[in-house]
Amino acid sequence: MLKLNLTRTALLLALTLATGAASASAGGGGAVWETWTADNDLRSTASLQRGARNFMNYCLGCHSLQYMRYNRIAQDLAMTEEQVQANLMFTGQRPFDPVLSAMPHADAETWFGRPPPDLSLIARSRGPDYLFQFLKTFHVDESRVATTGVNNLALDGTAMPHVLADLQGLQKAVFHVERRTEKGQDGKEVVTQVKVFDHFEQLRPGKLSPAEYDEFVRDTVNFLDYVGEPTRRQREDLGIWVIGFLLVFTGFAYALKLEIWKDVR
Amino acid sequence: MADASSTAAAGGRRGRLYDWLCQRFPIEAFMRSQLLEYYAPKNFNFWYYFGVLALVVLVLQIVTGIFLTMNYKPSEAEAFGSVEYIMRDVSWGWLLRYLHSTGASAFFIVIYLHMYRALLYGSHKAPRELIWIFGMLIYAALMAEAFFGYVLPWGNMSYWGAQVIVSLFGAIPGIGEPLVEWIRGDYSISDITLNRFFALHVVALPLVLLLLVVAHLVALREVGSNNPDGIEIKKVTDRNGKPLDGIPFHPYYTYKDLVGVGIFLILFAMVVFFAPTFGGLFIEPPNFEPANPLNTPEHIAPVWYFTPYYAILRAVPDKLTGALLMGAAVLVFFFLPWLDRTRVRSIRYRGLSYKIALALFTVSFVALGWLGLQPAEGLYVLLARIFSVIYFLFFLAMPFYTGRFEKTKPVPERVTSHA
Repeated sequence: MLKLNLTRTALLLALTLATGAASASAGGGGAVWETWTADNDLRSTASLQRGARNFMNYCLGCHSLQYMRYNRIAQDLAMTEEQVQANLMFTGQRPFDPVLSAMPHADAETWFGRPPPDLSLIARSRGPDYLFQFLKTFHVDESRVATTGVNNLALDGTAMPHVLADLQGLQKAVFHVERRTEKGQDGKEVVTQVKVFDHFEQLRPGKLSPAEYDEFVRDTVNFLDYVGEPTRRQREDLGIWVIGFLLVFTGFAYALKLEIWKDVR
Repeated sequence: MADASSTAAAGGRRGRLYDWLCQRFPIEAFMRSQLLEYYAPKNFNFWYYFGVLALVVLVLQIVTGIFLTMNYKPSEAEAFGSVEYIMRDVSWGWLLRYLHSTGASAFFIVIYLHMYRALLYGSHKAPRELIWIFGMLIYAALMAEAFFGYVLPWGNMSYWGAQVIVSLFGAIPGIGEPLVEWIRGDYSISDITLNRFFALHVVALPLVLLLLVVAHLVALREVGSNNPDGIEIKKVTDRNGKPLDGIPFHPYYTYKDLVGVGIFLILFAMVVFFAPTFGGLFIEPPNFEPANPLNTPEHIAPVWYFTPYYAILRAVPDKLTGALLMGAAVLVFFFLPWLDRTRVRSIRYRGLSYKIALALFTVSFVALGWLGLQPAEGLYVLLARIFSVIYFLFFLAMPFYTGRFEKTKPVPERVTSHA
C-alpha cells in the first residue's frame, strides 16, 4: 500500500544549478497562481496516506508536527501502528511520540537564518490553498544565489530551499510589465508600471510530470490539512446525528407547544 | 402538572420527599410566584426568545468552561500547547473547545438581539429602567469576560489584541503609563498578564455575571415583562386580579421557549460541527500561530462582536479622544431610558421620527461592525466617521426627536394578538 521513496538526495545539488537563470522578483496582485486552489479531499484515506509518506520523506527533515502523534496518524489513516513504524518512522521514536524533526533548532537557524516553522497548524493559519500555491511557485532567482537560489511567488524571500526540485524540476518565472493608470490625490491620472507575473518557463524537467507533481502537492497539502484538525472527520460525522436529534426534539417540542397553547385566545 | 397536595395524596416516595423538602425550603412558594402564578403577556413574539437563549448560553459557557479549565494551562510557555492538547488528546476536548468558542459569539448575537428588542418595544422605559441598567452591566461584564477569554489561547491575535486594548489605557494623561503597567503587571503582555486574565475570566467575572443575572431577573419579576404592544397587562384584570392578557409562565412559556431553544441549538450545532471558525470570524486564522511579540499580524482586528466600537476608536485620529468615544459608545446605552422622552413604548405605535432614527442606527451599528474588520484606510475611515456620528446622534438627539415632537398613534387597551 505504501510504496516509499526514500530519496531525499540531490536536492541541494539541484538548487546550486539554479544559478544561470534569469532574474525575477515576486509578481503583483491578481496573478494566475493566486487563483489556484488545493481542492484536497480530507475523506480520501489513500490521498492522506500518500500525503503522510510525502511529508515524512520530504518535509520532516526540517519541519516538525509537534502536536501530532504517530499513533494518531495510524488510527485516523487506517494503518496499524506496525505499518506506521515500518514505513513512516525514521528516527527511532515510539508510536505515541509526536512527529518531531531531528534537525537541531540552533543549527537550523545558522543554516537558514530562522528555524523552519512547526507545521501542525499551518493549514489552519494559512489555509490549504496557500500551501498548494506555495509548493508550486518556487522559481529560480539569481539574485538569491548566495542563499537558496530560488524565490517563491506566494512567500517572497522565503528562507526555504526548493526541496521538491527533483520532483518538479526547475522553473523560471516570466513577468511582463503592465501599465496601470490610477487617479492620484490631486485628481490627475498617474501612470505606474507594474511587474506582473505572466507564466512559468520550465528550465529543467523533474521526475514527475506537471500533473503528477500537482497530485503530489495536493496529497501533501491534504495531509497537512488533516494534521491541522485531526478530529474534523469525527466532528462532521457526529454533527449529522446531533442535528438530526435536535430536529426530532424540536419537532416534538413544537407539537407539545401547540397542544398546551390550544386554549389561549 | 401534579402539585404538592396531589403528590402527597398519592403517598409515593417522591411525594413524601417533596413534602419533607417543602417544609424546610420554599420550593412551592418559588414555583408559584415565579412560574405557575407569574403572568406573562400572551403576545410574546420572535424577539422574546433571546432572554432564555442568553440563559442557555450562559449555562453552556459555564459548564464547558469548567471542563476546559481542567485541561488548560495558564502560562506563557504552555497555554497555546494546552489548547492543542485539548483539541487533540483530551476526550471530547475538541467539542468542549468549539462549544465554548462558538458559545462566546452566540452569546453576543443573542445579547445584541435581546437589546434590540428593547429598542423596538421600549422595554427600557419606566418602570423597567433598572432591568435595563442591570442588563447593560451584564453586557459590559460580558465584554470584559470575552476579552479576557480571548487572550487565554495565547495565539498571536490573542497577544496583539490584548496589547492594543490594554495600551488604550495609556492614552489617559498623567496616569496612563503606570496604569497600563499595573493592568499588565509587567512591561509588556506576558506570563503575569495571562495568569491574572485567567483568574478574572474563570472566577471574578463569572461571579459578577451570575450576580447581575439574578438582579436582572429579580427586577424583571418585580415589574413584569413588557410586550410587543408595549402596554401594561396588569391594568386590565379579572375579578381575581389576574391579568386578562396574561398567561402563567409555566406551562405556556416554558414549553414555547423549549421550541425556541431547540431551533437555536440546531443553528448553534450547525456552526459547532460544520463551521466552528465561521470563516475566520469566530476563530481567526492568526490565532493558530502562537503568540509572538516579534511578529505583528498583518492587521489586528478584534473578534466581530467588538468591531463596531473598534471602528469608532479608529475613526478618530487622536488616541485619547478615540478611546473616550469608544467608552462613551457603550456608556451612552445606560442613559437610554431617560433620553427617550416618548411615553408610547412599542414601535408599533411610535412616530415616524423614531422609526427613521432606529433604522439609521441599525444600519450604522452593522456598518461599523463591518468597517471594524477592514483596514483603517481611505474610504473606510471616512465611512466609519459618518456612521460614528449617526451612532451618537441616535442617542444625543433623542430628546429632540422623541417626546412632544413625535407623532404617535393611539395605543390599544388590550394586546392585539397572541403567540
